[in-house]
Amino acid sequence: MGINGKSTNKSLLRFTTAGSVDDGKSTLIGRLLYDSKSIFEDQMEHIVQSGKRLGREELDLSLLTDGLRAEREQGITIDVAYRYFATPARKFIIADTPGHIQYTRNMVTGASTADLAVILIDARKGVLEQTIRHSYIASLLDIRHTIFCINKMDMVDWSEKVFTKIKEELGLLINKLNISDAHFIPLSAKYGDNVVDRSENMKWYNGKTFLGLIETIEIRKNKNPENQRFPVQTIIRPHTTEFHDYRGYAGRIAGGVFRPGDEITVLPSLRKSKIKSIDVLGKTLSESIAGDSVAISLEDEIDISRGDMLVASNDIPVISQDIKLMICWFNERPMKVGGKYLIRLNSNESGGIIKNISYRMNINTLEHDFENTTVNMNDIAEITIKTSKPLFFDSYKKNNITGSMIFVDEGTNETVAAGMIL
Amino acid sequence: MKNQINISDEHLKELEDEAIFVMREVAAQFEKKVLLFSGGKDSIVLVHLARKAFWPARIPFTLMHIDTGHNFEETLKFRDDLAKEFGAELIVKYVQDSIDKGRVVEELGVNASRNKAQSVTLLDAVEELQIDVAIGGGRRDEEKARAKERFFSHRNEFGQWDPKNQRPELWNIFNGRKHSGEHFRVFPISNWTELDVWQYILNENIKLPELYYTHKRKIFNRNGVYLAWAPFMQLKPNEEVFETDVRCRTIGDITCTGVTLSKADSLEEIIAEIAATRVTERGGRYDDKRSEAAMEDRKKEGYF
Ligand SMILES: Nc1nc2c(ncn2[C@@H]2O[C@H](COP(=O)(O)OP(=O)(O)OP(=O)(O)O)[C@@H](O)[C@H]2O)c(=O)[nH]1
Ligand SMILES: [Mg+2]
Repeated sequence: MGINGKSTNKSLLRFTTAGSVDDGKSTLIGRLLYDSKSIFEDQMEHIVQSGKRLGREELDLSLLTDGLRAEREQGITIDVAYRYFATPARKFIIADTPGHIQYTRNMVTGASTADLAVILIDARKGVLEQTIRHSYIASLLDIRHTIFCINKMDMVDWSEKVFTKIKEELGLLINKLNISDAHFIPLSAKYGDNVVDRSENMKWYNGKTFLGLIETIEIRKNKNPENQRFPVQTIIRPHTTEFHDYRGYAGRIAGGVFRPGDEITVLPSLRKSKIKSIDVLGKTLSESIAGDSVAISLEDEIDISRGDMLVASNDIPVISQDIKLMICWFNERPMKVGGKYLIRLNSNESGGIIKNISYRMNINTLEHDFENTTVNMNDIAEITIKTSKPLFFDSYKKNNITGSMIFVDEGTNETVAAGMIL
Repeated sequence: MKNQINISDEHLKELEDEAIFVMREVAAQFEKKVLLFSGGKDSIVLVHLARKAFWPARIPFTLMHIDTGHNFEETLKFRDDLAKEFGAELIVKYVQDSIDKGRVVEELGVNASRNKAQSVTLLDAVEELQIDVAIGGGRRDEEKARAKERFFSHRNEFGQWDPKNQRPELWNIFNGRKHSGEHFRVFPISNWTELDVWQYILNENIKLPELYYTHKRKIFNRNGVYLAWAPFMQLKPNEEVFETDVRCRTIGDITCTGVTLSKADSLEEIIAEIAATRVTERGGRYDDKRSEAAMEDRKKEGYF
């Protein structure tokens, strides 16, 4: 990636599938791999045999990603499957996520690391509640590119009219959600139309095939190139004679460019120092950018521990104990005002208490519900929390890494919510 | 690439950064940490990544090998040399001991393998040494159940994986909290493909056991998979041992590791061979052929 956050075609594209249950997400991924000849012989033989055992009449390409016993028996996806594939143009990491509302947390898991969302819609059914929920989650997660696949066109006589009608329906959604880069493809995942090969049945469509689009779509990665942010993961102290005085702060750069000589401020202590060197296995780097895992050492001996952050002295993030954020709730027990959780923000940990629920999102209307603010599993809400110590952060829109957090239930240790700071 | 890291491929750099990040999270979040070292290429890459993650300090993980007793001899020497070279502590736990103690019953018959028994030895070691995290070289592209696994994969107090109820794993925030007696398996190279691993070995100039390169070996054909012959292996009546040029695509327990007919003696040739292959690397693993969900079932019991 260049410093400006633009990528070249050679880079890695991470995408996620999304959409309602049975809309054909897994079948699409299977078809994509099959028609691009990316399925190995033993994998193919395996899904043919499995299909027979399960009594499927035709080749079922969803078996390629639905790899768990329970998934195959029920014919649905339960948890994300990751698949890897490459063409001469690009490398892809695919997260095939479940459509069933019960497994929304797994959809969010797959989508949280994606640069592109592929949202499927069953042509017979049009936009459903889950279509809206997933589109909304994708926009909350700041996934900047969306491909809407109108699938199962074979079941609506390959009708352009149906496609156009759904496209219009989606137009409203896209406006409401502020999705900037949206694409639309009519296809049949089951029969392969417009997946890798152009459809003979839909001559009226002259846009790109699915593969053609994902190979060429220009991706703006959510990397923040401007604001220097370096959350410290762990301290490297060799205790050897050769490196007796070495003290390196290990971490992955979350924003900006770091160079030896840069003046930085350490949070929360607000002490200042200069970068002495940036090291990776015996090599000293002249510059490091967002995404790099490095070890940074400073000119001065300062007390720094895990959870601290090095930032540009003239560009300090928000430091506060009161945080307003959007959350996706994953737990069966509803969120409660006054409830206490453990908060993880980068490598930093803190106690947190739910102060206020501003509103709950009504997924069907995409309106804010100020009346019924009980936050149940799979709900999305705007809330305010107070933390037990001051945290330093940016808005999620500004920086996906320094602006995201998880909530952990200290009794069960479960991850109960994902939070995106406003 | 602006910085001077010697990696030509941008995507490999991204995978490396991710893996190093994960290793450091392990170092920070756990107490008693082991890196499961099999002597195979994936675990050798893990050790290399660990060195990168913590240089100039030593690797903060103990290397642990679960030894079935059915190894390629060279693997053991390679393992010991590597541990010595990087000053890492090495623990070896023997499946034979678990058998002697009556913890597992040795499989009998021609397809007998101690591969599955390793889970028992591993879980016993986890309990005995109070290990709270074991880093593994598992990759999601290897197998369909692995494709479902998180980077930080929770194990209950029986060492079991519950694939239907995994914790959400958001962004790169890893939740390694657990109750006492539970542990985690962590897979830093989850997102690497076989080809990525080989390309990385080439780019980083990582030393591998000679078994990965072409050599003469006595082998036999079992249901379409070439297996290396060893004195303790039982042959079926129709199976015949012959010697030819082979290399290992994966290295594990001899009884279930398939070999590939190959004359590739450089990393470049191996990469070309793998890029052109039509079967997955586990296509030659006998342990996965046992049933529809062999890997899922083994993993639920505590396998790597
Ligand atoms: N006729 C037709 N059937 C399709 C098409 N795509 C998928 N299907 C069928 O729709 C059913 C569901 O497909 P899946 O791929 O499992 O759906 P999914 O979206 O992955 O479902 P979840 O992951 O459980 O949310 C299967 O029976 C598929 O064969 C299509 O283009 N045409
Ligand atoms: Mg599916």
